[in-house]
Amino acid sequence: MASAAAGSSAAVPFWRAAGMTYITYSNICASLVRSCLKEPHKSEAVNRENVHFVISKWANGKPEKPTIRSDSPEE
Amino acid sequence: MYRQAPRLLIRALDGGRGGRLIGRAFSTDVPAASVEDSAFVEAWKKVAPNLEPPKTPLSFMRPRPPTPSSIPSKLTVNFVLPYQSEISNKEVDMVIVPATTGQMGVLPGHVATIAELKPGVLSVHDGNEVTKYVVSSGFAFIHANSIADIVAVEAVPVDRIDPSLVQKGLADFTQKLSSATTDLEKAEAQIGVDVHSALNAALSG
Repeated sequence: MASAAAGSSAAVPFWRAAGMTYITYSNICASLVRSCLKEPHKSEAVNRENVHFVISKWANGKPEKPTIRSDSPEE
Repeated sequence: MYRQAPRLLIRALDGGRGGRLIGRAFSTDVPAASVEDSAFVEAWKKVAPNLEPPKTPLSFMRPRPPTPSSIPSKLTVNFVLPYQSEISNKEVDMVIVPATTGQMGVLPGHVATIAELKPGVLSVHDGNEVTKYVVSSGFAFIHANSIADIVAVEAVPVDRIDPSLVQKGLADFTQKLSSATTDLEKAEAQIGVDVHSALNAALSG
């Protein structure tokens, strides 16, 4: 993605120059804004944005051990 | 691969412009696609003349409003977040969006624009009432028919921001910025400083 061919001379934003994608930048901005909210709205926002998902990689036609990515603490 | 896209597109346009004088039309100037496929309907009627042909998704959609010939008096705004729709089809006088190129005021009849938004204040002006939102980032699409679609990842009314948390965050990130070593840390600290200063400006402005 960070190809050396300087075909385009467009000025890139500082975050892209540092190797970050737009989605990462946008998500960071959003979580910073959420962290500055007043109390009832802040906990609503944090609850809304909780994610819990399981990733299983497959190798040789078989699933390997899944990794669990979660914001909620494991019981 | 996609970094080369602007260069290739410009090359393609230049090649095209050699042959044609007109640039591409805006989506709102092109007549809307017809709602039903006449070939399908005729074939259906031959096979099952007594049944209604089934409706396709295209027939459920409202056609996009065409560009009016004279500038309309109000701007129609749609402002959506991933989890809810803040403003839907509201007719207002003006919106000011925090574009990366600066605060941009959008009036009815604005030229069609796609603007990337930076963290800042979005204000919606309708008569004498102004509603302000702090937007984290997103895009604003202004169409030639005076409809503005604004999408943001996170947007809150200004009165939901806690000033003490903003000051604390600003101090934290300014300090991180001066002590950052790698490019990535510098970028993250810079983002933190930008967002918190925008929030600060929103609270005071």
